[in-house]
Amino acid sequence: MEFFDILVSILGSAVRLSIPLLFTALAGLFSERAGIFDIGLEGKMLASAFASACVAYMTGNAWLGLLAGIAVSIAFSLIHGFASITNRGNQIVSGVALNFVAAGLTIVLGQAWFGQGGRTPQVPGEGRFAPIILPGVDAMREVPFIGPLYANVISGNNILTYIAFLMVPLSWWVLYRTRFGLRLRAVGENPGAVDTAGISVPWMRYRAVILAGFLCGFAGTYLAVAQSAAFINNMSAGKGYIALAALIFAKWRPVPVMFACLLFGFLDAVANFMQGKVVPGIGEVPVQIFQALPYVLTCILLAGFIGVARPPKAGGVPYTKER
Amino acid sequence: MSTASVPLPAWISYGVIPLINLMLAFFFSGLVIWSIGENPFEALKFLVQGALGRGDAIGFTLFYATSFIFTGLSVAVAFHAGLFNIGSEGQAYIGGLGAALVALALDRYVPWYVTMPFAIAGAAIFGAAWAFIPAWLQAKRGSHIVITTIMFNFIAAALMVYLLVNVFIVPGKMAPETRTFLPGGQLPKLDWLMALFGLRLGPAPFNVSFVIALVMCFLVWVLIWRTKLGYEMRTLGVSPTAAVYAGVPYVRTVIVAMLISGALAGMMALNVVMGASARLQVEFVAGAGFVGIAVSLMGRSHPVGILFAALLFGILYQGGADLSFEMPNITRDMIVVIQGLVILFAGALEYMLRPAMVRLYQQFAGK
Repeated sequence: MEFFDILVSILGSAVRLSIPLLFTALAGLFSERAGIFDIGLEGKMLASAFASACVAYMTGNAWLGLLAGIAVSIAFSLIHGFASITNRGNQIVSGVALNFVAAGLTIVLGQAWFGQGGRTPQVPGEGRFAPIILPGVDAMREVPFIGPLYANVISGNNILTYIAFLMVPLSWWVLYRTRFGLRLRAVGENPGAVDTAGISVPWMRYRAVILAGFLCGFAGTYLAVAQSAAFINNMSAGKGYIALAALIFAKWRPVPVMFACLLFGFLDAVANFMQGKVVPGIGEVPVQIFQALPYVLTCILLAGFIGVARPPKAGGVPYTKER
Repeated sequence: MSTASVPLPAWISYGVIPLINLMLAFFFSGLVIWSIGENPFEALKFLVQGALGRGDAIGFTLFYATSFIFTGLSVAVAFHAGLFNIGSEGQAYIGGLGAALVALALDRYVPWYVTMPFAIAGAAIFGAAWAFIPAWLQAKRGSHIVITTIMFNFIAAALMVYLLVNVFIVPGKMAPETRTFLPGGQLPKLDWLMALFGLRLGPAPFNVSFVIALVMCFLVWVLIWRTKLGYEMRTLGVSPTAAVYAGVPYVRTVIVAMLISGALAGMMALNVVMGASARLQVEFVAGAGFVGIAVSLMGRSHPVGILFAALLFGILYQGGADLSFEMPNITRDMIVVIQGLVILFAGALEYMLRPAMVRLYQQFAGK
């Protein structure tokens, strides 16, 4: 049973680690499906983590923190939109720029406001999203296999975790079953056709990047006021890029995005668990292998060795209505 | 009528508009400083003094600038071929491995000027090798080079930490770094050059790499504007379909452009690994690869522009360090904000002012 206990604890932490990836990858899904590449996911996550930690600390209310995180993240999205939709600038350059602005600004403002080297003070208990114990945990605990799984993996997460998993079918429904979703996908494949149908391409794309900002706000908030209790310098630590990798790994589709995020979260959890442990027969497995694996896998996928990852056709190309 | 196709004279396109964009970036940086309760003009004064006020300050400024010239050129060469190489950071990191291996192998036996050519080759080859896989994937498999180079930055970081912690670490030491190179594996400082101007270099690590960087500036200019390969790269950058139609070999040009780009990024390691710390350390690149993006954008991918942009960022980096001593409320990360704003205004928003400029120009030119 010891092996099973370890597995349950790794699975539990895999779920927790995959949530910020899931929100962020879904954010990227909306943006990229509309033809706007978003390298700035990382920056949006970081900025919203900072904003939510500040507000949650000052008001002691986690929901206000979430609101602030979403607002700041959408503000970043709008700058990205202004540069890449209105001014037809290079979307990648804009994303890179916003990542730097977020990385620098969070520390500069954090140091100026709180004087703790860029950290925010500890968010009080009621200012955080607390774990929710689902009903029936105690009754189920005695059931072999399913009991511990239910208690440690499915139950005991905070509300944002459940929202994240709800977002997956919701995103699928929006993208594939609504008129808005059809137009959003069309604008990423053939904006000219959408324009001919009398629909504004810029306005469609703006709505897509706002949605991306909205979802990234959840990711940042999750990092700062659910997973931990304060903002820490550079706490997104490349998760935005892993989410981007997950998005590509899932070939820009919502349900596979969830599985890719869970896989990358699982790798992260295994890496944490394996630190300093010796595997019989192999010896100590370097942690770096697990850290590099998401990126290696994505590259192998991009090389076309695991199916074909075809990005939205008009992705990264600014739309010019007339010459 | 749309203003996008109206031609503007070069002095507006390459002079006035970039200058205003840069001013906007600095204006917003000033706004950030003002919003945290400090005086932006005072901060600017400390920054300039800290970067140019003393001999060692100038030495540090030029040291940083040297790194940024290499990475700026790296980004620019790829950019001319229509490739956005975000991977200069990782290529420089791996380039450090090449330089360090040469230095570790030769430093006991030969003086620095014998080691140097091998080290340049080592750094360049390792950097180029790290750029090869993304280049091949782009050319042959159509994988987006931006994505693959980002992935390769992270893979490089994991690989280097592994190597430094498990392979190169000096037994009995805690710090994950190689042993210190003997003088035969170090690049000497340019204190004599500073002495010509009556300045003392002090502890600043301004070294021979600066000369190598200047030579590379010239070579890149020759490559881009004076060779057939450069012409093919620029054609590819302007219009891939036209280039292929005209008979430019797509696969070869993409791969060669990326190899050169990676080699230039790799050479950045000479400056830090052999010129300053005399050992290979974790995260020695410290974001210089990303600064290269800003430098290349600001310098309009021209070696002369890159030289000046690299100097400007050298001033920001050195002056920013001094500024955070003088005004503890402003951390060193303010540079990162400025860097981001420069990339935003000089890069992503480069067309923002164009319509207004066209209208102004038409009014004054009487058209």
